[in-house]
Amino acid sequence: MKLTLHVWRQKNASDQGRMETISADGVSPDMSFLEMLDLVNDRLEKEGVEPIAFDHDCREGICGMCSLMINGVAHGPEAGTTACQLHMRSFQDGDSIHIEPWRSRAFPVIRDLIVDRASFERIQHAGGYVSVNCGGAPDGNAVPISKIEADLAMDAAACIGCGACVASCPNGSAMLFVAAKVAQFAHLPQGQPERKKRVQAMVATMDAEGFGACSNHYECEAVCPKDIPVKFIGELNREYLRTACGD
Amino acid sequence: MNFHLNSKIPDGPIQEKWIKAKFDLKLINPANRRKFKIIVVGSGLAGGSAAATLGEQGYDVHCFFYQDSPRRAHSIAAQGGINAAKNYPNDGDSIWRLFYDTVKGGDYRSREANVYRLSEVSANIIDQCVAQGVPFAREYGGQLDNRSFGGAQVSRTFYARGQTGQQLLLGAYSSLNRQVDKGTVKTYPRTEMLDLVTVDGHARGIITRNLVTGEIERHAADVVIMATGGYGNVFFLSTNAMGCNATAAWRAHRKGAGFANPCYTQIHPTCIPVSSDHQSKLTLMSESLRNDGRVWVPAAKGDKRAPNDIPENERDYYLERRYPSFGNLVPRDVASRAAKERCDAGYGVGETGLAVYLDFADAIQRLGKDLVEARYGNLFHMYAKITAEDPYKVPMRIFPAVHYTMGGLWVDYNLESTIPGLFVLGEANFSDHGANRLGASALMQGLADGYFIAPATVPDYLAREGTMNADEKVTTHHPAFEEAEKSVTDRVEKLLSIQGQRTVDDFHKELGLIMWNHCGMERTKESLEEALKLIPALKEEFWKDLKVVGDKDSFNMSLEKAGRVADFFELGELMVRDALQREESCGGHFRGEHQTEEGEALRDDDRFTFAGVWQFKGNDKAPQLHQEELQFPNVPLTTRSYK
Repeated sequence: MKLTLHVWRQKNASDQGRMETISADGVSPDMSFLEMLDLVNDRLEKEGVEPIAFDHDCREGICGMCSLMINGVAHGPEAGTTACQLHMRSFQDGDSIHIEPWRSRAFPVIRDLIVDRASFERIQHAGGYVSVNCGGAPDGNAVPISKIEADLAMDAAACIGCGACVASCPNGSAMLFVAAKVAQFAHLPQGQPERKKRVQAMVATMDAEGFGACSNHYECEAVCPKDIPVKFIGELNREYLRTACGD
Repeated sequence: MNFHLNSKIPDGPIQEKWIKAKFDLKLINPANRRKFKIIVVGSGLAGGSAAATLGEQGYDVHCFFYQDSPRRAHSIAAQGGINAAKNYPNDGDSIWRLFYDTVKGGDYRSREANVYRLSEVSANIIDQCVAQGVPFAREYGGQLDNRSFGGAQVSRTFYARGQTGQQLLLGAYSSLNRQVDKGTVKTYPRTEMLDLVTVDGHARGIITRNLVTGEIERHAADVVIMATGGYGNVFFLSTNAMGCNATAAWRAHRKGAGFANPCYTQIHPTCIPVSSDHQSKLTLMSESLRNDGRVWVPAAKGDKRAPNDIPENERDYYLERRYPSFGNLVPRDVASRAAKERCDAGYGVGETGLAVYLDFADAIQRLGKDLVEARYGNLFHMYAKITAEDPYKVPMRIFPAVHYTMGGLWVDYNLESTIPGLFVLGEANFSDHGANRLGASALMQGLADGYFIAPATVPDYLAREGTMNADEKVTTHHPAFEEAEKSVTDRVEKLLSIQGQRTVDDFHKELGLIMWNHCGMERTKESLEEALKLIPALKEEFWKDLKVVGDKDSFNMSLEKAGRVADFFELGELMVRDALQREESCGGHFRGEHQTEEGEALRDDDRFTFAGVWQFKGNDKAPQLHQEELQFPNVPLTTRSYK
């Protein structure tokens, strides 16, 4: 396959940045999208050109490091798939592919396709935990948890923190990300004592970091590589309302 | 340089060693803890849990990692589960049985006392994780569910769908976040440790590079903990993340930390086969699949029919045939070698002939597609994504791949290396898995080290060797920091100045192929001796013909990789040396010359019941081998049999 890539290049945070056109030859349909970029980078390096910088690590769809906007869609055309698990068989010979970083005020570009997601970290610092010290925990079976609740908690906990939800949202909202953590703990008995404090602290930090609010576009759900459903945003709103109502 | 291998195993019966140790270990008064600064390198299960727990105790903890968030450490990719001797299913499990299985599974090359302690704290790990809100799989009655894993005849594996590593890591990450919020832990994302600083023989700090700005920084501390993972990426192709590397461990080794059993590498039997040379990494299919999947090849050599066209009586379920009592759940080393044996003999499947089938047809018929999907859905989905085949309809094709390294920096019972004040946790150390790790035991060990062991042993070091007096503390102005920083800067500049023709990946792939062909699933004297010629020659070429573009003062992925690959050359050579000296087969180390008539690993207990610990002697000098004798008073040495 022979492709034409239009790639965002930006030397550092203060550089203005621009799209550059780079050709990709000898691409095999069995390559992953990132392996296609490896191939291009290898050629660029041999030509003495700086390679395209992009975030990646596990390459098996779980670390949440990869963060590419491919033809305007976070993680590319395959549903429920991270960019690292996307394969070139999803494209045609001769295609033009636009590759950009996540675009959001809360995710400044570090270089080329790499963004700074420290804002996500700060939201987690604010309340993404159960306050329990190590040692002295009761037996794991001491408190039964119904399979239904445990499964719901797991559905939410599957979030990999990649930020595709934010990148796709016209408001740059992080509500699906925040909802995933809030809902995980709301469904578990361990999360109850700090239920109110958690949702307040996480939402306050989310707002302070410059993320927008949800206005029901559901783009986040459409691109989420782990298929986290928007019903959790409903739960987040309900949790938040409960704190406001004093319940 | 002093080089003591004092394992510091406490006296007394094995059941009482850890209890005795915990009482003998010295403590630090809660009010004084904030006066001690602890560096933790790595934020995976071991590093993340250690940083969080020491933060909870009140120490001043600084945690460094190369990813942008602690949540992305490669522990996150562990799929199948975590072992614990809870005996919830009432099927005969106990601390002693988990201990016994792990010592046997490690082919009698681990340290008994460490393994017993691991089994002992395993149950507490589950409790701790449940308390953090880890959503383990549950039964309808609300109780925790278990599944089986290789090398055991009980169900003791706890899991969270096929994402157990992710959920456990997010649990440790949440505890870490709580401490960051409280101000006891400071995190350093996108920061790589490039050297260890020692003062008067004690670890006193690290030199790092900020991967975004390229800045080289000095960090002093009272104690250094490394939890930097394994070195499987020496092979280029492995199930490790792309960034996993051995630089921190190797730099510590060069500063005096003994490296134990580097030749013990685990080749995992169930990975998606290599499809072509553009491949950047290999993907694991969890061992849990062997609970319900059956492994087979055609009974006739070179049978090219589609798998579903091959009738039942023309299939060879070779694991069930060779190992009737453990069947498809034999340990990883045994399963991998059996797959290689069939493929070498010409029975392999797929285009390359380097694959065997893992078939779920029986399970789907017995349990229904829905239940199979509930158990393994995400794995099936991942397989389909990568191969474009539907494993609900056609058997998976699998082949062994490099997965885990049992070798690592030598540590004593307290997890302290041969450098006082340098503690090593998780996969980065060597102690618990011997020559082969059992499935679902890596998560257990990482969290045991981080939640329970280091938080007891590190304060003891501080109480004995540390100082609370600010004037007596080593600062980054010490000449040792100056010197270490200069060597790091010189090396970075050297890598950039070569300006040759070949890229880092080019060299890394070639090194990986040498390692796989000469020091992979089967090693021989000839193959290893040849590798000892090939690796230094390639290393020389690397330092003459490497091309790294870009500069040192900005985000430069090629430069990062170049430093890591440079260290892989040196470590790769040590792995080969270690494999060469160990003239026996044990666990993941299989020497072609040493096998039984049936092709099983043949140990030589008279000569090799020791941990081989290498001491770095200088750039152009051969390393020196030391031995820690291993004793097995509780689990008598026998030939490991899964028949």
